[in-house]
Amino acid sequence: MRAEARYTPYHPRWYRRRVSVWWWLQNRAYAGFVLRELTSVFVAFFAGVTLWQLRTLAQGPDAYARFLACLGTPLFVALHAVAFLFVLFHSITWFNLAPTAVVVRLSGKRVPDWVVVGLNYAAWLVLSGAVALIVLRGR
Amino acid sequence: MEPAVTLMVTRYRPEQESEPTLATYEVPYRKDWVVLDALNYIKDTLDGSLSFRWSCRMGVCGSCGMKVNGSPKLTCASFLSDSLPGPIRVEPLDYFPVVRDLVVDMSDFMRKLKKVKPWIIRHDERPLAEGEYLQTPDQLDAYKQFSMCINCMLCYSACPIYGLEPSFIGPAAIALAQRYNMDSRDEGAPERLEILSEHDGIWQCTFVGECTKVCPKHVDPAGAIQQYKLTGAIHWLKSLLLPRGAR
Amino acid sequence: MPRSITPFLWLLFSAGGTVAALLFPIHVLLTGLAVPLGWVNAPSYESVLGLVRNPVARLYLFVFVSLPLFHWAHRFRYTLYDGLQVKHLTALIVVFCYGTALAGTVMAAYLLWTIP
Repeated sequence: MRAEARYTPYHPRWYRRRVSVWWWLQNRAYAGFVLRELTSVFVAFFAGVTLWQLRTLAQGPDAYARFLACLGTPLFVALHAVAFLFVLFHSITWFNLAPTAVVVRLSGKRVPDWVVVGLNYAAWLVLSGAVALIVLRGR
Repeated sequence: MEPAVTLMVTRYRPEQESEPTLATYEVPYRKDWVVLDALNYIKDTLDGSLSFRWSCRMGVCGSCGMKVNGSPKLTCASFLSDSLPGPIRVEPLDYFPVVRDLVVDMSDFMRKLKKVKPWIIRHDERPLAEGEYLQTPDQLDAYKQFSMCINCMLCYSACPIYGLEPSFIGPAAIALAQRYNMDSRDEGAPERLEILSEHDGIWQCTFVGECTKVCPKHVDPAGAIQQYKLTGAIHWLKSLLLPRGAR
Repeated sequence: MPRSITPFLWLLFSAGGTVAALLFPIHVLLTGLAVPLGWVNAPSYESVLGLVRNPVARLYLFVFVSLPLFHWAHRFRYTLYDGLQVKHLTALIVVFCYGTALAGTVMAAYLLWTIP
């Protein structure tokens, strides 16, 4: 069938709807999906902040102090607050989808989803705790 | 006065209109009725020109897929009671060309199913005298879920990627490919990998996950696709790191 | 035979997503909120420098910056395709996304190599 079938008495004109640019606002699931994808923007944002931190660290204590002062401004605090929410959303959706993407089979049987999810969350807690300890130890 | 419920049904008659319209019908409400029953009531008593597909009316043939109140559903599995007080909107499946009323053209879907070579591929067939290929329950378990697909196309209708990029091979086709890839009797995984690694294959999927949500048979096509991405990626690594000969 | 590079980009996306999922919340919390808002005392410049100097820390920070950038690149590329339907600008998008990730990676490598 040609894509543009012209109408003839013996072949119907098919109706094709064009997908709107706002397709993702149609229902909650689609909107949630786009929000999930946008978390990557905040991931990139914080990777950038970390690069900035490393650069000012290399430049010396004055530059680093200015970096810290900048992070203390209301704009950056707000940005980081939003970034925190988005990054949290990324983590939660990532872990919840992990068992769908990676199927582990032990002696022929599939490891149940809740085990995979649970292990991910456990690793998250342990690593977060370790990082907090290491970073906050040096005052 | 019998309780009634309103149905708003898409009508599209290409011989008299260039765009679909919504027609309203009053249908008696019976608590054991599904949307398909209501559509058949309309066709039998109110408007015989209404066109729609259906067959088994029990959720195994995959013919009656339509959008009920915006969600892709099997109309034989959508109870009127779930959508009270109404009105209930019944529209043709998204992302497929509409032929007439609630009937969509399936040829793209059928072509994609065939593309993934959905049959057991073996390098050499065993002669009949040697008996059947044996399979343990665990081996069956590895692909059984993906074999439950009834080709109802709800997953394609839920997939925004398919809507945005009609060349995308789609969830059901990939799940079908996995059904054969994971079958212990099959040796065709490399062939299917070539087909599915193409531009419009698995890599277009961004794991929206709606396909799995709407699947009436719990096939989990999203799972099949993500698992296959991992397989494909590992295969890519192997072909890069190991000498060409080792396959 | 590696025909297309997409499987590799997907692997980077997955690795970066896992690194970001496991490590970013706590780091954002500490660096972006806890320290600036005074919930915890800011570690001194010397202690941070001492921490970063450690070769394990350098490697950690390299992975911390680089892989999530590639995660963003791959995901954002498809978000642009699907969200804005700008498939026709493919070449531009690919260069922008992966180019930025590459630039960030190179910068991270340089900084972490040269920090005294």
